[in-house]
Amino acid sequence: MALQSIIDRRLAGKNKSVGNRERFLRRHKEQVREAVKRAIDGRSIRDVERGEEVHIPKKDLSEPVFGHGSGGIREVVHPGNKDFIRGDRIERPKGGGGQGSGKGEASDSGEGEDDFVFSLSKEEFMQVFFEDLALPNLVRTQLAETPEWKSQRAGYSSDGTPNNLHVVRSMRGAIGRRIAIGAGSRAEVRALEEELDELLAGPKNPLVLERIKELQAAVAALRVRIARIPYLDPIDLRYRSRIRVPVPTSKAVMFCLMDISGSMDEARKDLSKRFFILLYLFLTRHYEKIDLVFIRHHTQAQEVNEDDFFHARETGGTVVSSALVLMEEIIRERYSPSEWNIYGAQASDGDNWHHDSGRCRELLSEKLLPLCRYYAYVQVAEEEQNLWDEYAQLPPLHAHFAMRKATSADQIYPVFRDLFKKEGAKAA
Amino acid sequence: MSAALKNPLSEPLPLRERPAVPLPGPSDWSFELIEQYHKVIRDTADRFGLDTYPNQLEIITAEQMMDAYASVGMPVNYRHWSYGKEFIATEKNYKRGHMGLAYEIVINSNPCISYLMEENTMAMQALVIAHAAYGHNSFFKGNYLFRMWTDAASIIDYLVYAKNYVAECEERHGLDAVESFLDSCHALQNHGVDRYRRPSRKSLAQELAERKDREAYAQAQVNDMWRTLPKRAEKAEESSGTRRFPEEPQENLLYFIEKNAPLLEPWQREIVRIVRKVAQYFYPQRQTQVMNEGWATFWHHKLLNQMYDDGFLTDGVMIEWLKSHTNVVYQPPVGHKAYSGINPYALGFAMYTDLKRICEEPTDEDRQWFPEIAGTPWLPALDQAMRNYKDESFVGQFLSPKLMRELRMFAIVDDEKQEELEVSAIHDESGYKRVRESLARQYDLGSREPNIQVWNVNLRGDRSLTLRHFQHNNRPLHDTANEVLKHVARLWGFGVQLESVNAAGDVSKRWSLPGPAV
Repeated sequence: MALQSIIDRRLAGKNKSVGNRERFLRRHKEQVREAVKRAIDGRSIRDVERGEEVHIPKKDLSEPVFGHGSGGIREVVHPGNKDFIRGDRIERPKGGGGQGSGKGEASDSGEGEDDFVFSLSKEEFMQVFFEDLALPNLVRTQLAETPEWKSQRAGYSSDGTPNNLHVVRSMRGAIGRRIAIGAGSRAEVRALEEELDELLAGPKNPLVLERIKELQAAVAALRVRIARIPYLDPIDLRYRSRIRVPVPTSKAVMFCLMDISGSMDEARKDLSKRFFILLYLFLTRHYEKIDLVFIRHHTQAQEVNEDDFFHARETGGTVVSSALVLMEEIIRERYSPSEWNIYGAQASDGDNWHHDSGRCRELLSEKLLPLCRYYAYVQVAEEEQNLWDEYAQLPPLHAHFAMRKATSADQIYPVFRDLFKKEGAKAA
Repeated sequence: MSAALKNPLSEPLPLRERPAVPLPGPSDWSFELIEQYHKVIRDTADRFGLDTYPNQLEIITAEQMMDAYASVGMPVNYRHWSYGKEFIATEKNYKRGHMGLAYEIVINSNPCISYLMEENTMAMQALVIAHAAYGHNSFFKGNYLFRMWTDAASIIDYLVYAKNYVAECEERHGLDAVESFLDSCHALQNHGVDRYRRPSRKSLAQELAERKDREAYAQAQVNDMWRTLPKRAEKAEESSGTRRFPEEPQENLLYFIEKNAPLLEPWQREIVRIVRKVAQYFYPQRQTQVMNEGWATFWHHKLLNQMYDDGFLTDGVMIEWLKSHTNVVYQPPVGHKAYSGINPYALGFAMYTDLKRICEEPTDEDRQWFPEIAGTPWLPALDQAMRNYKDESFVGQFLSPKLMRELRMFAIVDDEKQEELEVSAIHDESGYKRVRESLARQYDLGSREPNIQVWNVNLRGDRSLTLRHFQHNNRPLHDTANEVLKHVARLWGFGVQLESVNAAGDVSKRWSLPGPAV
């Protein structure tokens, strides 16, 4: 008989289709990017990190082959005749689809107008997002990875490596097992011994002597059995169990400041949102608890929820300092710098009431920057404005202040370059 | 492949020994249990004289099943986005529960590889082993199309080679170039098979050794063909119409392109060749669906029932596999919302079962319709019916009046010139022949797929390629023809025409594409 064999392949060659999937995504990059962009517009900052569904029109996916169209003469055999007889005439079914039923091919080249829908994994989603932002590879891995781990004790487990053997626990288990397994035998021994004592104390005749011998033999046998219970058995062994837990250090608060005056259009807001997301992602890698504070301003500043922050729109002039003042107030009230790591991110088109810009610089330099771990400013417009000029005096004095002009997504990252570099070096 | 034909048994061999207790039938399988079941199945199959390649059973996960599913059922294949698309679609359907995965994938190779999915219960594993490792396997080894057209011993090696070669090309010429080139080849892969001529059979080592020579030689040939151009150009008038190229129309478009397309690089010719070879490998499968699935279904049914009668299987195991067997061979009637044509499993299973009945308990009708097999031993009769036919001839030969009545088959003619459809024949005395012929024709690939051939190359002019579509019953080409033609033009490198010719020999429609801009 020929060789017969069963092979277990379950562990080998998983994800063989990854290469095919990559090629598929690559081919439909435009749609994927579009989907990611839409998702980012629609999602809350905290919610960026998950997959997304991508819709691709079926016609973009078709692989054409030569095939028959409708028309001409064709004869098709069907099963399940109910009451037709030869020569019957049937009305032609409406719509192209119905009559093709005889072909027995589930046509995916067919007329179905549905889109082909599939989900991007979280990793793929972030990859596309990062690509837009033109993040350097080092930073990508830094952000994509979950942070450092530390191992932490988590009770005991019944398997592990010898160096984690917990002797006391193991011995305790062994005692328990020995007691439990030997209990029956010992009880028997006790009963037999009692009887033996009675007999020994009482009068003796040959019958009794016989019985005594019997009992002694039984007791001896039981004692041997008790002695045979292993002192330590593999099932007694207990190991210290350790699990890995992520170690975000502590708490941080991130202030998002944005100008919502009339000149901030949707594209600029979108750019700002990416700027905030990037900082948020960075913070999630380093802090366990992150509070987000959204401050929007035109001539007056107010604290709002995220939805209002990105979607409300107002008109009127701009007084940037109002936001800075509010930020300082909030810090004083709720986020004591001794407990919280404070990060500031400000986005604006640079438009400001010109007497206000100097005051902004002073506020930052004297009040806010000493409290902040990092403060980044992005101007989402090209024009030089007086706010830019004033802010430009800050970087030489404060190493943790960064500013940058960005008119497209890939220009955002450099404003964080120092931040990432510093932290990256620390992490490495 | 080279092994001599084993003579079929005329009678099943007797059971050696009844077991004291049936095999255990827990829902969880184990390796030992699979071994035990496999041994009994193998012994039972031997008693019926099933001739198979050696079996290799592989346990895989659902995900791996989807992997294999997505790359046309093969364990390795070159990378292409369309397989990624297939995988995503399969995974989505599976996760949503729209579709159970195929219970099994079996590969026509030597040894014959059958995949058993981890999630299956023991009863299902037994079903799969009987179905795939004995049913399909013996079909692959016995059927004349497979014997003639595929080389079970070398397919896996060839695909490994193809995968590495394509990967190498991607590295050297860029993902985009390779991808779009493969797209074009895939568009023509149904027209990349030899239908009548047997392809040469080569080992992988020969393939590799010959590749280099072939590249050089093919290029020289191509150059040669075109070199005569300038000289002949002067005498164009005189020679035009005298020399045709190709001299005979050719049906294997990819082969023609591989050998004659003027601008292809050697690596591109090799890729055309790979796609062509893979298409050729699958060609018999496309022509024997009913027979192959029917055969495998018949045998799992027969083997497992025999094992039950012999006392190997418990009632629980029986009920479980019978349940999925019943699902597989269900044929919804026309008009039912689940109806999508004739279920090949149902038809094939019914036909082999019916053949066995004709051998064992023929009626007068059967004696009249099947004089040569009615009342003869069933094993040799079925064996012949498996070996020497394809779907078209199998249905044409063996579909019995009784089965047509049972399935209540009827034929409908759809003529675009008529207002209404017409029932042309039903399951009655006057209709049996017509229904059977019509159904047989339905399984003829020649009429299912458009017949398109290389007609002419304008050697002396613009080098354009002309294809001809020979209409079958005046059925026109689908609108995608223009899209496919773009792919042809990309492969050919110059202008391409396609003429659709009706039964009267007139060109009824013409497509024309200029050559791609260089």
